[in-house]
Amino acid sequence: MAAHLKKRVYEEFTKVVQQQHEDLSAKKLRLTKPSKSAALHVDLCKATSPADALQYLLQFARKPVEVESVEGVVRILLEHYYKENDASVRLKIASLLGLLSKTAGFSPDCIMDDAINTLQNEKSHQVLAQLLDTLLVIGTKLTENPSVRMRLVEVACKHLTDSSHGVRNKCLQLIGCLGPVEKGVAKEVESQAAKDVQKIIGDHFNDQDPRVRTAAIKAMLQLHERGLKLQQAIYSQACKLLADDYEQVRSAAVQLIWVLSQLYPESIVPIPSSNEEIRLVDDAFGKICHMVSDGSWVVRVQAAKLLGSMQQVSSHFLEQTLDKKLMSDLRRKRTAHERAKELYSSGEFSSGRKWGDDAPKEEIDTGAVNLIESGACGAFVHGLEDEMYEVRIAAVEALCMLAQSSPSFAEKCLDFLVDMFNDEIEEVRLQSIHTMRKISNNITLREDQLDTVLAVLEDSSRDIREALHELLCCTNVSTKEGIHLALVELLKNLTKYPTDRESIWKCLKFLGSRHPTLVLPLVPELLSTHPFFDTPEPDMDDPAYIAVLVLIFNAAKSCPTMPALFSDHTFRHYAYLRDSLSHLVPPLRLPGRKLVSSPVSPSITPHEDPSQQFLHQSLERVYNLQHLHPQGIQELLEFTIRDLQRLGELQSELAGMADFTATYLQCQLLLIKALQEKLWNVAAPLYLKQNALASAAAKQILEETYKMEFMYSGVESRQVVIIHHMRLQAKALQLIVTARTTRGVEPLFGMCEKFLQEVDSFQRCFISELPHMQGSFVDKLLDLMPRLVTSKPSEVVKILQTTLRQSTFLHLPLPEQLHRATANIIEPTGESDNPLRFTSGLVVALDVDATLEHVQDPQGTVKVQVLYPDGQAQLIHPKPADFRNPGPGRHRLITQVYLSHTAWTEPCQIEVRLLLAYNSNRSKASAKILKSTWSESLEALPQSENGIEGTIPFSKPVKVYIMPKPARR
Amino acid sequence: GAGQDVGRSCILVSIAGKNVMLDCGMHMGYNDDRRFPDFSYITQNGRLTDFLDCVIISHFHLDHCGALPYFSEMVGYDGPIYMTHPTKAICPILLEDYRKITVDKKGETNFFTSQMIKDCMKKVVAVHLHQTVQVDEELEIKAYYAGHVLGAAMFQIKVGCESVVYTGDYNMTPDRHLGAAWIDKCRPDLLISESTYATTIRDSKRCRERDFLKKVHETVERGGKVLIPVFALGRAQELCILLETFWERMNLKAPIYFSTGLTEKANHYYKLFITWTNQKIRKTFVQRNMFEFKHIKAFDRAFADNPGPMVVFATPGMLHAGQSLQIFRKWAGNEKNMVIMPGYCVQGTVGHKILSGQRKLEMEGRQILEVKMQVEYMSFSAHADAKGIMQLIRQAEPRNVLLVHGEAKKMEFLKQKIEQEFHVSCYMPANGETTTIFTNPSIPVDISLGLLKRETAIGLLPDVKKPKLMHGTLIMKDNSFRLVSPEQALKELGLAEHQLRFTCRVHIQDPRKEHETVLRVYNHLKGVLKDYSVQHLPDGSITVESILIQATAHSEDQGTKVLLVSWTYQDEELGSYLTSLLKKGLPQSTS
Repeated sequence: MAAHLKKRVYEEFTKVVQQQHEDLSAKKLRLTKPSKSAALHVDLCKATSPADALQYLLQFARKPVEVESVEGVVRILLEHYYKENDASVRLKIASLLGLLSKTAGFSPDCIMDDAINTLQNEKSHQVLAQLLDTLLVIGTKLTENPSVRMRLVEVACKHLTDSSHGVRNKCLQLIGCLGPVEKGVAKEVESQAAKDVQKIIGDHFNDQDPRVRTAAIKAMLQLHERGLKLQQAIYSQACKLLADDYEQVRSAAVQLIWVLSQLYPESIVPIPSSNEEIRLVDDAFGKICHMVSDGSWVVRVQAAKLLGSMQQVSSHFLEQTLDKKLMSDLRRKRTAHERAKELYSSGEFSSGRKWGDDAPKEEIDTGAVNLIESGACGAFVHGLEDEMYEVRIAAVEALCMLAQSSPSFAEKCLDFLVDMFNDEIEEVRLQSIHTMRKISNNITLREDQLDTVLAVLEDSSRDIREALHELLCCTNVSTKEGIHLALVELLKNLTKYPTDRESIWKCLKFLGSRHPTLVLPLVPELLSTHPFFDTPEPDMDDPAYIAVLVLIFNAAKSCPTMPALFSDHTFRHYAYLRDSLSHLVPPLRLPGRKLVSSPVSPSITPHEDPSQQFLHQSLERVYNLQHLHPQGIQELLEFTIRDLQRLGELQSELAGMADFTATYLQCQLLLIKALQEKLWNVAAPLYLKQNALASAAAKQILEETYKMEFMYSGVESRQVVIIHHMRLQAKALQLIVTARTTRGVEPLFGMCEKFLQEVDSFQRCFISELPHMQGSFVDKLLDLMPRLVTSKPSEVVKILQTTLRQSTFLHLPLPEQLHRATANIIEPTGESDNPLRFTSGLVVALDVDATLEHVQDPQGTVKVQVLYPDGQAQLIHPKPADFRNPGPGRHRLITQVYLSHTAWTEPCQIEVRLLLAYNSNRSKASAKILKSTWSESLEALPQSENGIEGTIPFSKPVKVYIMPKPARR
Repeated sequence: GAGQDVGRSCILVSIAGKNVMLDCGMHMGYNDDRRFPDFSYITQNGRLTDFLDCVIISHFHLDHCGALPYFSEMVGYDGPIYMTHPTKAICPILLEDYRKITVDKKGETNFFTSQMIKDCMKKVVAVHLHQTVQVDEELEIKAYYAGHVLGAAMFQIKVGCESVVYTGDYNMTPDRHLGAAWIDKCRPDLLISESTYATTIRDSKRCRERDFLKKVHETVERGGKVLIPVFALGRAQELCILLETFWERMNLKAPIYFSTGLTEKANHYYKLFITWTNQKIRKTFVQRNMFEFKHIKAFDRAFADNPGPMVVFATPGMLHAGQSLQIFRKWAGNEKNMVIMPGYCVQGTVGHKILSGQRKLEMEGRQILEVKMQVEYMSFSAHADAKGIMQLIRQAEPRNVLLVHGEAKKMEFLKQKIEQEFHVSCYMPANGETTTIFTNPSIPVDISLGLLKRETAIGLLPDVKKPKLMHGTLIMKDNSFRLVSPEQALKELGLAEHQLRFTCRVHIQDPRKEHETVLRVYNHLKGVLKDYSVQHLPDGSITVESILIQATAHSEDQGTKVLLVSWTYQDEELGSYLTSLLKKGLPQSTS
């Protein structure tokens, strides 16, 4: 009997849920509330065993509960809670309570009392902990209400004496999250518990369970985060915790000490075992430094990271971190760094190898050597030598941050950073190169350091080399030998890795412009000029020669005496390079050639405004001339488009804007052309040719609108409306064309229907924008909507045609910033004549290296397309890890494309290009719909009925010569 | 061995009645009987097996395991020998090599044979890191990672609650192929630590590496030959990896050789025991095993006379015999060449002599060798420096420290430092000397759960700092201790419960009637003892918890009342407090 009943109840339950589900997707009905809680109630009452009840609860937890019924459900759960004997069921109920009170829009204060009451009689520690967790959820929802918080904190304090660590844990968490932060509140509410939250938490720093200790520290940190000023007295307690047995405690304690050091940097603390006193921040710094050699690497990482943000520490302490007093057989020994430095300052460069170079010097007083206690000593030396690369990276980062704030420290840590360039793990090397770049303003590299730095140029990893080039861009070199060395090494790099060409040139550009005086004495040698003899003219296409010229020309920019050293061909080469590599070669004031170069340079800034003006003027002109003769409009549009395109080519800053508008005008032009009256008046049978034109126009407009929507970054919703509007017009045009050409009405019905749906969704998406669209196609269409819905397809078409023709042309407002997504394939270059040979049926990997600009979310949208000569196309999705982000708006795609084909008789070219994939569902317009429906239900998404996926090619195709050979048998 | 000395490590530990031998090494500096530890010290007559519970070998260097076959086969020991897996794999190779040099080259007799090495290895039990091995019922050992060489381990030896940690040789800074030593806070009673570099704090290893590479590179560019005497295993592999990566990076062509035989086998093991190496190698071995060298080739004796630059790794490391010494003799005359000593050299070896600046060496057969080549010393030896030793002590928090494997003078310094900074006593016995350390053993007692719960329920939360008083019965039976509740103890022992009551009379001067006195006492107690339940019973007595107080008039003097206070011994604390309270008399104010 019971089983039967249960079954029925169960059925009922599931049925109800489903019903409620349907309700959600359509319109909300209030009916759901009683049914749901009632079902649960029935269920729980009928559950014969705890296991059954648990099952029901589990099932129940999977379904969302709407706001109105939460309270009812909670009541039922609580009721059952009191009756339940099994701890696991109670636990589940407790967790459900927490879950339910999280429901958005539900205010849990009504159930708080009940929740607190349940605590009273609970015996099971687990359930108790879970209940406290629930209270925490309730409390976090009611943070504005101080009295509720007080009450909860009191409850938590009461349970702090519980014997289970879980309960104590939760209590501390609760206190941490809800404890009073403002002093005033604590005074008002004269409750015993609230008096001193910090003290209560502090007492648990010595708890017997490490988990509770951790929770206590975390609660303290939580209080700090919420704005409570922690007391300084905690500091000594926290220091003791640093010696804890458990790593999570130590890790949290390190954090706490850091927080305190930031709060009370200037307070004075005594040094134990001596009479001295030091600043708290220094003391804390020393202690955290000490933790850099902790046994657990988690703590070490934590400590190393935090060190970086302790900028108030006094420089004396800071510099100790790099100092590790060396000794050998009790005699003081100089570090290799010191030796290198001395070598440098004594002016002895050649080999410098002397016998007994590192022989220990003076005797050390045994008593004066502190082996371990002197905390800060050598912390970074240890950190940088750590076993785990995570620690090393953290240490490098910390070094970077400290060095940025202290130039003298930057100078000191240089040696160590340079050493890190030889780390065995690439990430660490990369990180240290980046660090070095960041602090490079504060430092000048010595020659021996530069030597080590440059040695890394031979690294086989491209990332490292490029990072290093960037570093060299902004380093200061002290001597001319240094510059020469750098140049030689860079050229060596160039021959070894020709693909680095661009980045090396760029690097030399900056190197030259930063050190004109150091380059000057090198010029004759570099250009291999001779006072008496003419030397042969170097090959202009040699990348190495270009590299040298780039260095020299950039140096010459601020060194007017340099051009005098140039020979004739240098001037010629200058003119050539200035034209071909204008971004690398600056304008120079060359004697006798002033006319060539000078007008360009000073006029760049003032010119910007006129071109912008020009852009706007030409647009104005187009928009104002609405009522011109159609022929006139067409001509004007054509000219404007041409102007805009040219403008885009000339002014790179405006390129995006100009292209965007040109595309728009182009669409408009096509539309106008397609709608020319005389074409439409021709009788239908003679119509084919024009028809072809119109449908092609419609198709092109559609394509262009997708380009406009997805290829430009910075497009705002105002533009999106207009783009969509244009698309709608194109669709109308399509409809008209098909209506004209197809016989029979049946297919038209469907098309009309679809079109009207689209109009409808357009209206829904852009309802807010509609007022701006007076007199437009849509505006008119919506006016006629009631008629359209009822009329026959042929009439619809007629109406559409007239509205299309009569509608005015929308003004396209320009956003502030508009950039066109561009891609440039650097590799393969497409110049190679040697076909890539591979056995047919097997794969060959083709390295693709491309720069992407202004692409949003490249990981999701950028694809590589390979076109084979037989028309076969292959679309490759690069891995997300293949994209690097070197700067804002810039991305770099370095990936491998696998090619394969059946055997060919002779080598042939394939095309590789990059595509931008789009999905009209992902557009900004539909995102709005998504947002509005999101909160209601996930399933209620508008189905992607109009989700059109497509791709836009946005890079020049590159041809690759390949040759699949037949497999040998 | 190894007491105030380097080499011939052999330490005997007696812990709670168990005898453990730590390491069994030979001494490089001697060629006579002194090269092996004096095993007769352990026992003059009778077999060693009866006396030793186990032998632990920390790593495969000969100064830690060289005497093992002699000890187990020639002297005679059949008990278990513990070592880690890599050590077990590599150790026999080295022993065999050592045997060959001594027997075949020097023609010594009375030395252990190959068969003996094999037999000896059969007695070895291999252990994993952090695996607790029960040697017998009471003795357990556990291995920790020690860096130093492949498979080097520190061992914790534990009997009951007494424990000893023996570090063997260890390294606290990671290198190109191994990680750093690590130990948890095991708080042993005694930490036996090596102290080779007791007085040295080393420069950062990056400087060392760069220096090394620079020196090698310069010599090779000059066309000189570089000899690097190494032990076949350990440093050699690190330097190989270092040179290999450098060669690859700089695209150098000069050949690098490694003396054959040993190396191939050993490198094979290095490839195998990837888990024992450092983070980098462990992470990259999927793409390429770092020990598969591209530039390093096997060495043939004929190559030594080849013209042109080359780098040769040759064994042994202290130039005392074998191939490295042969090559050294050939190359010593040319000042373009260089020898780099990457590690420690024991006194008496050629290596030690040239390092101390001796330029003329007397070789065997009264021949004088003039050393013109450059001699460099690079401390690549993977021992912990002073700071590292201190760091390990800080990690493990031992109660006592004992230093071995170092020179006496240097130990003295470190000992002083340890005592000063950690406030633990530190010892440094010489060979043959015995140090006795008194431990403070804690005795574990089983407690019944019911009792524990009951006792913790009373009173406040347990506090780490304060000892807590609890009532219970300690039963010592069959060599085990149990703490149970009195009732259960009675039940187990089959005894009836006896009540023990203390009764005390307190005289109070009070002229009033008895029941009034009682009332006054009641009010007084109620006022003082707020936390306890004080009751006034109808029969004229007062109870405080379970303590009974009755008042009677004194038979002779009516003005004196006698208060009878009676309590069971469980309430001794409260009872005695009450009597003292009552003895002070009642407050004068009548209420």
